[in-house]
Amino acid sequence: MGMTMQGKVVIAGEAQGAVLVSREPLSFWGGYDWKTGEIIDRRHPLSGFIARGRVLALPFTRGSSTTTAVLLEAIRAGTAPAAILTTGTDFFFALASVVADELYASPIPLVVLIEEDFARLKTEDVVHIEKDGKISFA
Amino acid sequence: MSLTLSTKDHEMLRGGHGKAAKMAMTIVTRMAEVTGARELLDITGAHIDSTVYIGDAGLEFAERLAGLGAKVAVPTSLNVSGLDEHHWQEWAVPSDWARQAHRQMVAYQSMGTVPTWTCAPYQTELRPSFGQQIAWGESNAIVFANSVIGARTERYPDLFDICCAITGRAPAIGLHLTENRAGQLLFRLVDISTALQQSDDFYPVLGHFIGKHTLDKIPVIDGMTFTPNEDRLKSFGAATASSGGVALFHMVGITPEAQTLEAALQGNRPTQIIDVTMDALRASRRELTHTNGNELHMVVLGSPHFSLAEFKRLAPMLRGKRRHPEVKFLVTSSRAMTQLAQKAGYLDDITSFGAQITVDTCILTSPMLPENIQNLMTNSAKFAYYTPGLLNKHIAFGSLQDCVNSAVAGHILRDESLWA
Repeated sequence: MGMTMQGKVVIAGEAQGAVLVSREPLSFWGGYDWKTGEIIDRRHPLSGFIARGRVLALPFTRGSSTTTAVLLEAIRAGTAPAAILTTGTDFFFALASVVADELYASPIPLVVLIEEDFARLKTEDVVHIEKDGKISFA
Repeated sequence: MSLTLSTKDHEMLRGGHGKAAKMAMTIVTRMAEVTGARELLDITGAHIDSTVYIGDAGLEFAERLAGLGAKVAVPTSLNVSGLDEHHWQEWAVPSDWARQAHRQMVAYQSMGTVPTWTCAPYQTELRPSFGQQIAWGESNAIVFANSVIGARTERYPDLFDICCAITGRAPAIGLHLTENRAGQLLFRLVDISTALQQSDDFYPVLGHFIGKHTLDKIPVIDGMTFTPNEDRLKSFGAATASSGGVALFHMVGITPEAQTLEAALQGNRPTQIIDVTMDALRASRRELTHTNGNELHMVVLGSPHFSLAEFKRLAPMLRGKRRHPEVKFLVTSSRAMTQLAQKAGYLDDITSFGAQITVDTCILTSPMLPENIQNLMTNSAKFAYYTPGLLNKHIAFGSLQDCVNSAVAGHILRDESLWA
């Protein structure tokens, strides 16, 4: 309770939501249904969870470079996560957010955490993300 | 460490080269900052994967750029689209989906690009040459350009490739730079017969194994006793870029930056050495088949798109034969290759066999296959890898000859002699 951590901002923004975390990387192409926000990679531990409006925490993306296009569709459709936390700068997530900013003025915040902080995240933690990358737990 | 821009980059950002160039340069520089690039570099060509229709956001992005008057600054080829522009009605593509996908084709074509509509742009006249800096999308094209040709591109995602094409610039990062092109993992072939290396199905199987163990690193393959042709390297690269995120490989004695093992590693020691044994390859070959039993509804060839040389090889295999009435036989290719194959007389044997040819697209990017086709067979590791998840269909992997024999017999047949 009252815990905070400081992340490195990739795309700045404010967001709030319940965490959905996995150590397994995910490809959004074939892994994220942008029509519903459901994680649909049946080999992934988060399979079946709805990531819409959640703070999604994944170390990085896997495989297909079409991840960017799928996340952009989700942002437009209102089915994207509220924010994404990673352990390294992810070009594919960042590009989707930058393009969403240019097209719709609605980027989603992206923040990089150090490994130790990422490991402390638990699904269902409710967090508030600030523009400077500070994350506070409710 | 911050990003330094040229005078022309600044002009584009201010809108001095039009609104589309301003939008594209804004995206390029914002991403350059995200990656920590110090500068941008000039590119000599681009290949656009954003042509694949996913949904309306991708379409709106394309139409926004087109509406702002976007024109590419360098020779630019286009990847597959969502439909065979002139023949999609022969397949199961819904017409409202086709309308949106076609709008996306028109938008990208309006930017002064070359409508190649192919995932094998390295087999067109826009093929880059050794050492050229390029910005390419499409995983199999990226790995071929970097590895087989020795051109230089990062693994660019959809939406970014077109921004590089419009500005003629890319962040100076990753595989654009010599020091980041050194091999990292070493794979050593152990007792793999030359006869197997001469067989076309060896390359997808080897590529699937290497991609899976390499992920996004740079593999070096040592111990080849046979020099594969370009189409075999193409099927190998596509496999590594499906099971892993390989954007560059070195094959010692075969690819241009790997004349020796030392050159491939740039004098470094490999981070890991992995032996490639027959057991490992047999397991890899099994993983490419996702089906029980031998039922067959359709053979699919042409991922990456069939080349002229592949049509030339297929034609005599089909001569005088006819597919089983219950088995369809599809080859996907580009318009250009198909026309060349027709002029060369290769298509007669192929069409009298009962095969169909689709251009501009692929079974993974177009909702073209009808519901009643459930059991596929292919010679492509890329089709084999993505079909179960993306299309929810069964697929078996075999050599080109296996695929032909199966189509004639009406069920899956595979020659095991080289794999025993």
